[in-house]
Amino acid sequence: MLMESLSGRRKVLEQKPMNFWERIYLPAIFKGMGITFMHMFKKKETIRYPEEEREFSENWRGMHSLKRDEDGRERCTACGLCALSCPAEAITMISAEREKGEEHLYREEKYAAVYEINMLRCIFCGLCEEACPKEAIYLDGPIVPADYLRKDFIYGKDKLVEMPIDELEALKGAKV
Amino acid sequence: MELAFLFEKLILVTVLFVLTLSIAAYSTWLERKVAAWLQDRVGPNRAGIFGLLQPLADGGKMFFKEEIIPSGSNKWLFIAGPSLALLVSFLGTAVIPFGQNIELFGKTVPLQVTDINVGILYIFGVVSLGVYGIMIGGWASNNKYSLMGAVRGASQNISYEIAMGLSIIALLLVTNTLSFKEIAEQQHSWHWNVIYQPLGFLIFIICAFAETNRVPFDLPECETELIGGYNTEYSAFKMGAYMFAEYINMFVSSAVMAVLYFGGYNYPGMDAVNSLLGPTWGPVIGVAVMFIKIIAFIFFFMWVRWTIPRFRYDQLMDLGWKILIPLAIANIVITAIVITVVDKL
Amino acid sequence: MRFNQKGNTVAYDMSLFYFVAFLTILFSLLVIFTKNPVYSVLSLIATFFTFTIHYILLNAQFLAVVNFIVYMGAIMVLFLFVLMLMNLNEETEPMKSNLIKIIGVIAGVTLLVTLVGSIHALQTTGVSATPNSEIGLVENLGKVLFSEFLLPFELSSLLLLSAMVGAVLLAKKDKRTNNG
Ligand code: SF4
Ligand code: SF4
Repeated sequence: MLMESLSGRRKVLEQKPMNFWERIYLPAIFKGMGITFMHMFKKKETIRYPEEEREFSENWRGMHSLKRDEDGRERCTACGLCALSCPAEAITMISAEREKGEEHLYREEKYAAVYEINMLRCIFCGLCEEACPKEAIYLDGPIVPADYLRKDFIYGKDKLVEMPIDELEALKGAKV
Repeated sequence: MELAFLFEKLILVTVLFVLTLSIAAYSTWLERKVAAWLQDRVGPNRAGIFGLLQPLADGGKMFFKEEIIPSGSNKWLFIAGPSLALLVSFLGTAVIPFGQNIELFGKTVPLQVTDINVGILYIFGVVSLGVYGIMIGGWASNNKYSLMGAVRGASQNISYEIAMGLSIIALLLVTNTLSFKEIAEQQHSWHWNVIYQPLGFLIFIICAFAETNRVPFDLPECETELIGGYNTEYSAFKMGAYMFAEYINMFVSSAVMAVLYFGGYNYPGMDAVNSLLGPTWGPVIGVAVMFIKIIAFIFFFMWVRWTIPRFRYDQLMDLGWKILIPLAIANIVITAIVITVVDKL
Repeated sequence: MRFNQKGNTVAYDMSLFYFVAFLTILFSLLVIFTKNPVYSVLSLIATFFTFTIHYILLNAQFLAVVNFIVYMGAIMVLFLFVLMLMNLNEETEPMKSNLIKIIGVIAGVTLLVTLVGSIHALQTTGVSATPNSEIGLVENLGKVLFSEFLLPFELSSLLLLSAMVGAVLLAKKDKRTNNG
């Protein structure tokens, strides 16, 4: 009846009748209370979030950012592959054609005039990042912050697109 | 003279009322903190420094929540349940001596609302009334889970009351009085009753857990089986009233245990301190000692709650009827024999 | 009460007594006249509570507290317990046949006659003469119970013991038939 153990690690537990001290439970209870008491003096595991942040792992996927190339032009060409690949259907966009004189803003001839990600739908799977042929979208941001209204979770280009390089430099300079 | 007496009592009652309320409120805070500490967490720390404003925030929340009275319920009794629970829980504080007689403005003031000569029995009666709040509320909710909770609460209270009463009888054999004041006075400096009645104290504290419906005996509100037990249907302030009643009961039973077994406001070396500080500040130290003991017991209640899992219902009844009651009776017999022998010698 | 050693508070005591007596009668009437059995039990509890106050007014603190614990705290809890489990309400009230009514009236009248007769026979002299006596306090009561009334006291405890044994036996028997 006893099946041959597949893992070879099965242990047969002996069930001895409890002795007197085990039966009155009190020693066990006191032992347990001793253990919990000692935990009062252990290091707290809590990370006080907004002030402290846990270190992100290397493949952490956070808020999306739409990247710029080395000249500060938006890389996205509004091909829609990210929206297509998105399992949560979180991405919508409206494309537009690049006019003359906008070459310093957009790298390709077509660009996304509107680009929105609904952060309530997004499951941070990273498929958009994988699908993108232009290396325009990366999930390298922080945790998406909480908010009060649903509409505030629909992130437009204002929140998604990376800052222009010179502004970023200026900001860094100000901080230092 | 009589007016002064009434005035004095009125002040004492008011102070006690406010004190009880704030201790109950801060017990909720302490409960969370203790739970957090025992689980390597930090606990509430956002509302005020160390989260000290948390009880206020909770109270505010309770006030502004929607009050739901289920349509199938018995409206009056539904309201009467939590009110009764809260009311009865306050009654216990009346007979507890919080300190020695203190000299204030040239007058000797007892720090006890009233010293009735059957104080212990009074506490006992009040405790046994406490279950009505649970029963009425549970029944009036017109919900099977609530009713089960109410029924459990009632049978648990009645079962453990017996063992509790028997453990007190053994204590009374030692003290020879039913008045809290005299019991407290007898335990001068280090002559605490727990030294003479260790078994009685053990039985008493187990019963105290059961009577206040605290873990491991919180079967009336056991959420894994009964959703929320007797307070399943309650919301907003009525729910708060039940919770408050539980914490006040915890405070009262901690105070009772401190007075009956742990010397109340007595501490070793109190005579020296009293003669040093005089009749006003000496008793104040005593009151502080009393409150330290009470808070230690409250902490103990919480410590147990976050350590020990809940009993099963049949285990609860077995423990009450088959273990604690025989033990308590044995304790009475042993105590009686020892007292007779010691008296003869 | 605490003040009744002084003459000037007796009037206050009397009015308190009348008020409490009124409440007692009111609640006992409610016990009979409410339709919902749970309300009945609750009013009965209130009635017992007013009894407790009466005892305190008579300076019988021990009796008061014992009445409080035993009747209000234990017996009525069990009453309530059973009623709640039976889930009685106005619709399921058992039918009242005329026969039951007649029997009820006869029983009530008999009780009344007995009560009136016994009160008449007692010749109430000096019942209210000693409201301040200390006889109701635990110490005196205990002394009297364990000297003068020792035999009846022990006999009644025997009665309770036999009732207890009977209850245990009933519970045991039930189990055996279920198992076997
Ligand atoms: S991370 Fe996944 S779910 Fe989120 S937008 Fe990209 S593809 Fe959609
Ligand atoms: S982000 Fe990449 S995949 Fe998405 S539309 Fe732009 S270029 Fe295409």
